[in-house]
Amino acid sequence: MTAMVKAEGVHKSFGAVQVLKGIDLEVQTGEVFCLIGPSGSGKSTFLRCINHLEKINAGRLYVDGELVGYRQKGDKLYELKDSEVALQRRDIGMVFQRFNLFPHMTALENVMEAPVQVKGTNKAQAKERARELLDRVGLADKAGNYPSQLSGGQQQRVAIARALAMDPKLMLFDEPTSALDPELVGDVLDVMRDLAESGMTMVVVTHEMGFAREVGDSLVFMDGGVVVESGDPREVLTNPQHERTQAFLSKVL
Amino acid sequence: MTDKFDKVPADPDPSADAVSKTGGDIPPEAMKAIPVRHYGRWISAVVVLALLALLINAFATAKKIQWNAVGEYVFDSTVLAGAGRTLLISVLAMIMGVVLGVILAVMRMSKNPVTSSVAWFYIWIFRGTPVYVQLLIWFNLALVFETLNLGPIYKDEMVQVMTPFMAALLGLGLNEAAYMAEICRAGLMAVDEGQTEAAHALGMSHGKTLRRIVIPQAMRVIVPPTGNEFINMLKTSSLVYVVTYNELLRATSTIGSTSYAVMEMLFVACIWYLVMTSVFSVFQYYLERRYARGSLRQLPPTPWQKVKANMLGMGRERGAGA
Ligand SMILES: Nc1ncnc2c1ncn2[C@@H]1O[C@H](COP(=O)(O)OP(=O)(O)O)[C@@H](O)[C@H]1O
Ligand SMILES: [Mg+2]
Repeated sequence: MTAMVKAEGVHKSFGAVQVLKGIDLEVQTGEVFCLIGPSGSGKSTFLRCINHLEKINAGRLYVDGELVGYRQKGDKLYELKDSEVALQRRDIGMVFQRFNLFPHMTALENVMEAPVQVKGTNKAQAKERARELLDRVGLADKAGNYPSQLSGGQQQRVAIARALAMDPKLMLFDEPTSALDPELVGDVLDVMRDLAESGMTMVVVTHEMGFAREVGDSLVFMDGGVVVESGDPREVLTNPQHERTQAFLSKVL
Repeated sequence: MTDKFDKVPADPDPSADAVSKTGGDIPPEAMKAIPVRHYGRWISAVVVLALLALLINAFATAKKIQWNAVGEYVFDSTVLAGAGRTLLISVLAMIMGVVLGVILAVMRMSKNPVTSSVAWFYIWIFRGTPVYVQLLIWFNLALVFETLNLGPIYKDEMVQVMTPFMAALLGLGLNEAAYMAEICRAGLMAVDEGQTEAAHALGMSHGKTLRRIVIPQAMRVIVPPTGNEFINMLKTSSLVYVVTYNELLRATSTIGSTSYAVMEMLFVACIWYLVMTSVFSVFQYYLERRYARGSLRQLPPTPWQKVKANMLGMGRERGAGA
C-alpha cells in the first residue's frame, strides 16, 4: 500500500501563535483515518493544510506522492501558481462543519457546479451524474430544493455529493456532524459509512467515537498541535496509553 | 394572563370555525375588551388633512398658475426629448458607475497596497466633493487643457471632446462610481468566507469563484441600494443643467422662460421625474425578488401573481418540490 497522505514535520502558525508543531503521520490509500482531539488542538488547521487552504510554514505534506502547494527542484522549493493549486484540489474533496452549500443554487446545481465549471463536463452529463449522486445520498427527491429548504442533515449529504462529483481520490471531513441536530447525525454517518465501504480514502475529524470505532482503520489523537497517540481506533479508544488521551476520552465518552 | 392571549386565534373572524383551528376541546372565548381609544391619532389625522386641503386649494385656485399650460406641455416634443435625455444620461452614467464601481471595489479589497490605496484615494476625492462642482470642473477642463492627447490613438481639441454630453456623463458617472464602489464592497464582504473556501476546495479558480459564487450572492446585498442610487441619479441628473446638457429640467426651463410659464414648466418636469422614478421602483421590486432566490424558503408572490392566483382561484407553488 502507498500512502495517500504523508505529513513530515508539518508546522503552521498564525502570526506568533504556533498551531501545528510538527505533525508526522501517514494515511494509507483506502483507509478511514480518524482525527480526534480537544477544540483548538489544530485538527481543522491540519485538514485545511492537506488541500492547501492554509499554507504550511515548515515540513512537507504529500498527497498521493505529490507535494502539496509546492514544487521541489533540486533542493529548492517553488510555490505553485494558483491554477496549479486548483488542479491539485480537484482530486481532494472537502466537507465542512457548516456545509457551505451555495445558497443561490438548488441541490442539483450545487452538485453540478464544479464538474461543469472546473472540469468542463457537458451539462447533460453532469446533471445525470448529479442525480445519481443525490440518489446515492438518499436525496433524489430534493434535487430542486434550495439549501434553505433542506434540513441540516440533508444539506450535509448534498455537500458530500457535491464533493464526490469531482471524483476525488481523497475525502476530508471536518466535524461533518457537529452542527447537526442529534436525530440527523445518523443519516450523514450512514452515507459516510457507505463511502468508506466503497473504498474511498477518508480523513475524518470527528467527535463521533462510535463511528471512529466501527468504521475507522486508524485513529490519531491530537492535542496542542502535536500527535499525542495513534493506532487502531478500538485499541486507542478502549485502552488509551497517554494521560492526555485518557483525560480527553473520559470527557467525551 | 399569557394563557388567555395564547388562545386568541390569529384569525380576523374568530367566530368562524374557532374549534378546528385551535384544535382545543373548548372553543376559546373571543376577547371582549373595549379597545384603547387613540384620540391622538384622530386629532392628528384631522389636522394633517386640513392642512393638505388648504395647500391643494392654494395651488388649485392660484390665479397666476395656468393649469391648462401644464396639460398642454406635458407631451410637448421638446419636453419628451428632454425626458429622454435625462433617462439616457442617467442610464449611461449608472452603467459607468457600476462597472467602475465593481473594479474599484475589487481594487480596494486587493492585497496589493498600491492598488487598494489608489482605489481609496479615488473614493475619497469623488465622495468628498460635491457632484455639482465636479460637473463644472469637467465642463471647464478646456480652460487648462487645450487639447486631449492620447498619444497615437487620439488627439483633439478639448472643447471638441468635452461636449455638454461628455461633461455630464463624466461628472455623474465618475461620481457614481465612488458610491457604487462602497456598495459593492459591502456586498462582497457580506458573503460568508466559507463560500469562497468551498469553491476553492472544489478546484475553482479565483475568477470563477468570484463570478459564479461570490458575486451572485453579493448581488442580493448590492441590488437594493443600487436601485436607490439609480432613482437618485434620475433626480441628480437635473444638475447637469449647469453644463448646458439639454435634459428634462433644461428643456422645460427654456420653454418656461420664453412662454412666461416658469412654474407650470417646473410642474411638467416634476411630473416626468415622478413617472420615471415610479416606473423604476416597480422594476426594482422584481429585480430584488430575483436576487432573493435561495435566501427565502418561498419567494413572496408578485402583485401580478396575486392577481392571477385570485382569478384562477388557486395559487401556483414555486420553489417547493423538485
Ligand atoms: N485563520 C486563523 N487565524 C488565527 N488563528 C487561527 C486561525 N485559524 C485557526 N486559528 C487558531 O488555531 C488554533 C487551532 O484551531 P483549529 O485548527 O480550528 O482547531 P480544532 O479544529 O482542533 O478545534 C486555535 O487556537 C485557533 O484560534
Ligand atoms: Mg475544528
